[in-house]
Amino acid sequence: MFGRTKAQNRPEVTITAQEDSNSNSLIRIRNLNKYFDSFHCLFDINLDVALGEVVVVIGPSGSGKSTLCRCINRLETISSGVIEVAGKPVPAEGRELAQLRAQAGMVFQSFNLFSHLTVRQNVALAPIKVRRLSKDRANALAMELLGRVGMADHAHKHPGQLSGGQQQRVAIARALAMEPRVLLCDEPTSALDPEMIQEVLDVLTGLAAEGMTMLVVTHEMGFARKAADRVVFMDGGRVLDVAPPEQFFTNPRNDRAADFLAKVLTH
Amino acid sequence: MDVIAGNLDVFGQGLLISIQISVSTFVLAGGLGLLLTVCRISPVLPLRLAATAYVELVRSIPLLVLLILFVFGLPEIGLVGPLLGTAVVAMSLYWATFFSETMRSGVRAVPQGQIEAARALGFTFGQVLRLVVLPQALRTIIQPLASLLIAIVLNSSLAAAVGVTQELTGQTQLLDQRYAQPLVTFGAAAICYVAMAFIIGRSAGYLDRRLAVQR
Repeated sequence: MFGRTKAQNRPEVTITAQEDSNSNSLIRIRNLNKYFDSFHCLFDINLDVALGEVVVVIGPSGSGKSTLCRCINRLETISSGVIEVAGKPVPAEGRELAQLRAQAGMVFQSFNLFSHLTVRQNVALAPIKVRRLSKDRANALAMELLGRVGMADHAHKHPGQLSGGQQQRVAIARALAMEPRVLLCDEPTSALDPEMIQEVLDVLTGLAAEGMTMLVVTHEMGFARKAADRVVFMDGGRVLDVAPPEQFFTNPRNDRAADFLAKVLTH
Repeated sequence: MDVIAGNLDVFGQGLLISIQISVSTFVLAGGLGLLLTVCRISPVLPLRLAATAYVELVRSIPLLVLLILFVFGLPEIGLVGPLLGTAVVAMSLYWATFFSETMRSGVRAVPQGQIEAARALGFTFGQVLRLVVLPQALRTIIQPLASLLIAIVLNSSLAAAVGVTQELTGQTQLLDQRYAQPLVTFGAAAICYVAMAFIIGRSAGYLDRRLAVQR
């Protein structure tokens, strides 16, 4: 308590777990630490995402944002701490883990559509194989979701024939087809041309407005401001601030966040 | 040339048996090779070690030696099977190692993101393999698999060396003993083999163009 280390002297806002800790947290992260070999990349992360909440995670490259996002559905293993989704700890492996992943939809920076399948098959595959829907129902669901993201006309194409923005919209439809309780988006627009970013953000903003619970890692400050309920700022593997977007962007409490915003908001 | 014209049925029969041997070997070796591949990429260490040891060992034995071991060696310890079947089993065990290495390189060519996306959708390990990894891996290894099939067809002639006289090379040897015109008889056999290799190569090219994955 008295012997403060250098790290503890950093100007940081203490994020205590509780502010909104309660039973309606869909995602609950406590004291999460993650090492890649000897590299400590996530430090004691505490974060809650409430049902229906949109949490946007921002921060410089290498700050651990993506790793945090990937830990939630265990695409990355965690070194210590607890992650709970819908009140249950994320299982280590096996069928239970597969079930958890089915509830946490994931949208990737590089889309990762299955390149050997058509757009419709991409969306319908998991409902058929994981949710055990009939082919007809899964295909109908796929077409409905593709309609929602404006891609129904391209259902017969292969991913290689689509633009990046179109592929990402299909990837969102694919994640939604599992009717997930939360959508995890790992830099969904970072691999896109500027003119395609908006079409993807529009889809995500629409989902947010419909009440989808989302955790979005992004560099799009406009999206964070418009769609987020809370903004999480990370740097060096730590959560340095959690604040409503209005407060975060106009009057950041954290020096590092203020510095980061000054740089990104000038362009 | 009369030798050929008068014995077309002999060549036809030999060709047919050679094709049967090759197809059986390809299918059996493919199945075993797939099993080896799955073991080699599985998260279970003993399976990985066992499969690796099998591949390293068996592919280091010359096929002819392996055939002789199976056809003439195993009966010494009381394991006697039908000649043709034994030869096919020995060849399958051998070619499975090459299948395994080819498939493994195909699996490696599947981008990590494809696997992550499949896992994120809730697919089990088996489903990820069956629905995403193997279909994509197979598309990238059509040409090397065709080379493997050609090698299997051509080396099916080694069966003649352990007494499988029904197949093409065996039949040609019998004709050679009768007519003593090796240039003509083996020349004809060679043409048959070239034709088979040609057909396999062209079919693979067609499949490759049809099924190529756009990335």
